[in-house]
Amino acid sequence: MDVFIAIVQVLDSTIRLSVPLLLACLAGLYSERAGVFDIGLEGKMLVGAFAGAAAASVFHSAYLGLGMAILISVAFALIHGFASITHRGNQIVSGVAINFIAAGSTIMLGQAWFQQGGRTPALASGERFGAIIWRGADAVRGVPILGPIYSELISGHSVLVYVAFLAVPFTWWVLFRTRFGLRLRAVGENPAAVDTAGISVAWLRYRALICTGVLTGIAGAYLSMVQNGGFVKDMTAGKGYIALAALIFAKWKPVNAMFACLLFGFLDALSIRLQGTPLPLIGKVPVQFMQALPYVLTVILLAGFIGKAIPPRAGGVPYVKER
Amino acid sequence: MAQAAIELIGINKSFGAVRANRDINLEIVRGTIHGIVGENGAGKSTLMSILYGFYQADSGEIRVGGQPASIKTPNDAIALGIGMVHQHFMLVDNFTVLENVILGAESDALLKKSIAKARSELERLEREYGLEVDPDAIIEELPVGLQQRVEILKALYRGAEILILDEPTGVLTPAEADHLFRILKQLKEQGKTVVLITHKLREIMAITDTVSVMRQGTMVATRETRKTTVEELAELMVGRRVLLRVEKGEAEAGGVKLAVKNLTVKDSRGVTMVDDISFDVRAGEIVGIAGVAGNGQSEMLEAISGIRRAVSGSVMLDGKPIDLTGAADPGELRDRGLAHVPEDRHHVGLVLAFEENENSILGYHDDPRYLRGPFLNIDAIRDDARDKITKYDIRPADCRLKTANFSGGNQQKIVLAREMEQDPGVLIVGQPTRGVDVGAIEFIHKRLIAMRDQGKAVLVVSVELDEIRSLSDRILVMFAGRIVGERGPEATEGELGLLMAGVEHQEAAQ
Repeated sequence: MDVFIAIVQVLDSTIRLSVPLLLACLAGLYSERAGVFDIGLEGKMLVGAFAGAAAASVFHSAYLGLGMAILISVAFALIHGFASITHRGNQIVSGVAINFIAAGSTIMLGQAWFQQGGRTPALASGERFGAIIWRGADAVRGVPILGPIYSELISGHSVLVYVAFLAVPFTWWVLFRTRFGLRLRAVGENPAAVDTAGISVAWLRYRALICTGVLTGIAGAYLSMVQNGGFVKDMTAGKGYIALAALIFAKWKPVNAMFACLLFGFLDALSIRLQGTPLPLIGKVPVQFMQALPYVLTVILLAGFIGKAIPPRAGGVPYVKER
Repeated sequence: MAQAAIELIGINKSFGAVRANRDINLEIVRGTIHGIVGENGAGKSTLMSILYGFYQADSGEIRVGGQPASIKTPNDAIALGIGMVHQHFMLVDNFTVLENVILGAESDALLKKSIAKARSELERLEREYGLEVDPDAIIEELPVGLQQRVEILKALYRGAEILILDEPTGVLTPAEADHLFRILKQLKEQGKTVVLITHKLREIMAITDTVSVMRQGTMVATRETRKTTVEELAELMVGRRVLLRVEKGEAEAGGVKLAVKNLTVKDSRGVTMVDDISFDVRAGEIVGIAGVAGNGQSEMLEAISGIRRAVSGSVMLDGKPIDLTGAADPGELRDRGLAHVPEDRHHVGLVLAFEENENSILGYHDDPRYLRGPFLNIDAIRDDARDKITKYDIRPADCRLKTANFSGGNQQKIVLAREMEQDPGVLIVGQPTRGVDVGAIEFIHKRLIAMRDQGKAVLVVSVELDEIRSLSDRILVMFAGRIVGERGPEATEGELGLLMAGVEHQEAAQ
């Protein structure tokens, strides 16, 4: 029974850890499916995390924090759009620039506003998103097997966790069942076809980037207002890049993206759980090795285990009307 | 007087210093097929793009159905009943036919209703015009002829009354082109207006009612098709008399210069593209390989020139064998007197970002003529390039110009000059005149025949049947990776067409 509880606990933290990845991955999915590479997911999450925590602590409201996180993140997405869609700049350069601006400005503004070494003040419980306990979760806790699964895995998460997982079927529905989704997929494959059909390529791509900004904003808010009780510098710690890897691993499909992010989350959870625990046959494994595991896996998966991933064909190429 | 579907009055359009359209006047009568011919760069596509709202004219007026029209975007054109089938299809390759048809013309924010509506509408169009295509097929899995049909369906689905087709037959087999023409005639009978842009004069004569000729951005003439001739149109296009079929004497074939033996080639997916073929090319003859694109000609050329590794097979050059299954090296073949003008000059034949003189020695840059010690002898290279420019009439005559800035025909001449001036024993040429103007075609054909008359062995691969028939002393037809027949230059188009379609081959196999 101890083993079972341990497994449930690892799975529970898998869910918690995969949420920011999943939100960022879906964010990247919208923009890349529209033909705009977005290496700036990391930066947008970071500004989202900062704006969310800062607003929540100033206005004492979690929801105002979330709103501000989304607003600022969308603003950064629009900067990326202005550079790479309107001015046809290089999308990678623009994305990297956003990451730098995000890393620098959050610390600088944080220090200027709160004088806590770049942190935001610790958030009180009303300023964070608390766990939602589902009906009967406490009552069934004692029931073997199903009890812990219901009360630990399904119940007891913050609202943003449920938002992230509901975003998966929603994204699928948007992409494959709506006019906007059809056009968005088309513009990532052949923008000239969209242009000659009388649809504005630029406006369509801007709208995709707005979707991206909303999701990275939520991801950032999750980091600073759920997982952590405030903003800490560089708190995204490469999650935006892992989300991009997961996106490739998932071949730009929403449901695959969820499983890819859960896998990365699971490895993360496992590495935390196994720190300092001797493994059978191998013995004690250095902490650093376990921490490196998700990153090692990223390299291995991308290097060859996933088969050929065909990205959207117009990805990374600014649209210019041909003569 | 029949009613005009479209009137263009005084249209001007410049791109920077280039005046693509100068004071164009054109009237297209409703319910007719109107051809527009002209060389590449004559401004045909620009004019049609203005009509379709892709560009804005600098000045001038467009009238549709007698009413002045302001066409600022493709949407405006679609609303006025103008549909366009682009030369490079505007399709999303991994979408289904239905998805492509509804893209931009969805009736609803959700797709379900649009898809259902399009499905029944496609059935109607299929009945009315014989435009059959599986609505659930994925575009990239369809042959080009059907992809084009999807483009036509897209336009009709949007209610097009005027259909513009830009170089529609460039990618089609003769049979597919015939089918397209039947569809166009049917559209005309139903009262639609068709505008056909092409540089192929035979098509103009076969199908249009009226033809307008453009040259260097101006509209030089409009004729009733039945009152004009191919020769007159060619002269109007080029501005001087043109020989459409080059004069040539009898071939005096000598000994075998190039012998291909048991060549088998697979493509990157492992599909056998060339299946155990053997043939000879003798000194002083041109052998033409005819066939519909994609029947193994490209892979064969790549193998013989050492670019692609063969599964089996060898070539004999002047009696000495070279194994093609090993790492056959294009440089080695070149050193032994085999020159290659590749099919795809943009990707294989030229570095477009280089200056003309740099491209004119590419592959021969190790030749001591172009070197001074370990360094390139820039003066020698430029002198050499200037010689070739004069000899091959490459325009503009500037060896320092970036290669991308030359027209297709002149780029082709740069490649031809480079390969022919090395005085090779064997010359193999893929698609010698693809994307090349009528005037330059004449020049290139004359050059190839001159090579033959100097006693070289020339192998020409082309999807243009006219070209093969005009140049070749012997014609080999490729179908599905095999040589399915050999004919003399007197073979009729119909006879070759059947071979190219694999008809006789299949009958023989049964």
